[in-house]
Amino acid sequence: MGGTVRDKLIDALLGGFVAAALALPMLGFRLVDSATGLSLATRFDWVAWAGGLVFAGRLALAILRPLLMKASLPALPLPTLPLPPRLAAGWAMAAFALVLPFMPFADRNLVDKATLVLIYVMLGWGLNIVVGLAGLLDLGFVAFYAVGAYSYALLSQTFGLSFWVCLPLAGVLAAGFGLALGFPVLRLRGDYLAIVTLGFGEIIRVVLGAWQDVTNGPMGISGIERPSLFGLSFKAVPPDGQQSFAEFFGLDYTADHRVIFLYFLILGLALLTNLFTLRIRRLPVGRAWEALREDEIACRSLGINPTNIKLSAFALGAMFAGFAGSFFATRQGFISPESFTFMESAVILAIVVLGGMGSQIGIVLAALLLVGLPEWFRELQQYRMLAFGAAMVLIMLWKPSGLLATRTPTIRLGGAK
Amino acid sequence: MNPASEGPLLQVEHLTMRFGGLFAVNDLSFAANDGAITAVIGPNGAGKTTLFNCITGFYKPQVGRLILRGEAGPILLERLDDHAIARKAKVARTFQNIRLFPKMSVLENLIVAQHTRLMAASAFSLAGLLGLPRYARAEAEAVETARHWLERVRLSDFADEPAGSLPYGHQRRLEIARAMCTGPRLLCLDEPAAGLNPHESAELNRLLCSIRDRDRIGLLLIEHDMSVVMEISDHVVVLDYGSKIAEGTPAEVKADPAVIRAYLGEPDEAEDTSRC
Repeated sequence: MGGTVRDKLIDALLGGFVAAALALPMLGFRLVDSATGLSLATRFDWVAWAGGLVFAGRLALAILRPLLMKASLPALPLPTLPLPPRLAAGWAMAAFALVLPFMPFADRNLVDKATLVLIYVMLGWGLNIVVGLAGLLDLGFVAFYAVGAYSYALLSQTFGLSFWVCLPLAGVLAAGFGLALGFPVLRLRGDYLAIVTLGFGEIIRVVLGAWQDVTNGPMGISGIERPSLFGLSFKAVPPDGQQSFAEFFGLDYTADHRVIFLYFLILGLALLTNLFTLRIRRLPVGRAWEALREDEIACRSLGINPTNIKLSAFALGAMFAGFAGSFFATRQGFISPESFTFMESAVILAIVVLGGMGSQIGIVLAALLLVGLPEWFRELQQYRMLAFGAAMVLIMLWKPSGLLATRTPTIRLGGAK
Repeated sequence: MNPASEGPLLQVEHLTMRFGGLFAVNDLSFAANDGAITAVIGPNGAGKTTLFNCITGFYKPQVGRLILRGEAGPILLERLDDHAIARKAKVARTFQNIRLFPKMSVLENLIVAQHTRLMAASAFSLAGLLGLPRYARAEAEAVETARHWLERVRLSDFADEPAGSLPYGHQRRLEIARAMCTGPRLLCLDEPAAGLNPHESAELNRLLCSIRDRDRIGLLLIEHDMSVVMEISDHVVVLDYGSKIAEGTPAEVKADPAVIRAYLGEPDEAEDTSRC
């Protein structure tokens, strides 16, 4: 970096010039409705402002940078946590999640938002198997979420199956789609894999939108059956032959019961995903996933068949997305292809990457930041995405390798005695 | 005698591997025995690593046979995929540029190497997920095997460190230990002494001899470091331009005029080679 004032001025001038050049077509011209039709108006003062702002900012940055470097950003205390406190943090978070709906400050709105965050935590944990453990960059994860949601909606409406029967079926179907995606992309890695999975995600969404006879096209499926608790309905007036939850426990009916029930349902599903992942990491398959992420050729030389390992990662990750999908369908009561855009895949991937690739607690924190934060800023309307972007930038600045990037071994020599 | 234990462990017959018009390995035949160290030497580009990649299935040779004497009869390596060669024929290898799983711990590296055995014991993870004792036993055995090899390569103190954080010489030894954890019949080492200092290199010699004498398996070795080759090899095969130019004990090979020509060159032939 140039040290003299002259270098800094030139650098800032260049920045200002580039900004002005970029701003010229975007800010400099404007279409205005006039009596004679559309006409082009100019506002070069805006362009000058843009250039001037960037010039001033760039100059200020160049002058302040040496000072900033000295005072460098404070490291977050969290990521240095060794294993036992981290384990404790996990238990504390689970306990807090369990009592959250009964806290005095927990209104319906909060529980609803917590449910949404938990959906993303579960999706993040599912994708973590594929991206964080097996190292396969998947940009179309939302496809399996969609498969799960549509499986439940269609099975329930066509065959009248209950949520609890459909849930495993949706998981199996999504896992089947995971295998279907896995086969053609076995030889691909990195960028190429990302592009193919991206395409796969779009194919599923487009098919769901176009297959009018089955999926009702862009209109979506509405009136999806709500789940019941061992046959206890959460409706104000339960259908014939069913008791309602409120009647059974002698409570006054409120709609809050269902919100809280849905919250516990997704909490249970998410914790199941977590337990499964923690467990399988210590099994040969889980270790082979991580080994595959580290070095595929070395895996082959040790007799590990990469095909099976990759397919199992795709299938299991997809299965959890399928579970989350059917939960999403039963919670919303309405699904359409609009809910399964690429943006969703990107958010889930961002959660996994920012959480620290492979860290379970990191994913919870990242989901809170990336999904929870923008939800709370919903009042800001279109500036909501700014909160999303700001959360991302902040994480990248503080922890470029994710919130919790330290990896703990799955087995220790001392502990194995 | 049991017919399965007769004859050489590995027999390479008329092996030819072409890349376009270039013969990387040309009509090569030799044999490697159990309980012996066979070294393959030759100048750079002589086709040594290509030969290794054919034996371990990373390349499919166009011509020739690779016969490995298995427990249940001969196995034709050229017909198997790379991972099947490691699993069924029990041929393990190391790499010229070390290929560990750097973020996984040293112990985990050795456990992953026992994947095939553990996978069977865990009944494709089901027994493991349910926490059945049969998987716990298998894992404890795997840890014992790993502990044994950690002691043999003197890395016990580093068991829980990430493999990528070890010094270079340690990583070389760990890679050998990892290959040995697969329980091989033939261990192929691609330049194991590259980048080692004389002290480490002497230690490597002791390790390789102990593998030969204690575990009684065959070792196939590519090496540039003549101190390693001449000291520990039982049999040396010399390659140049993909063809075998000499074969024999280290002393025989050292005195062979063709070998001296290949390594040092002769005045009139040096011109020829420079034109190629």
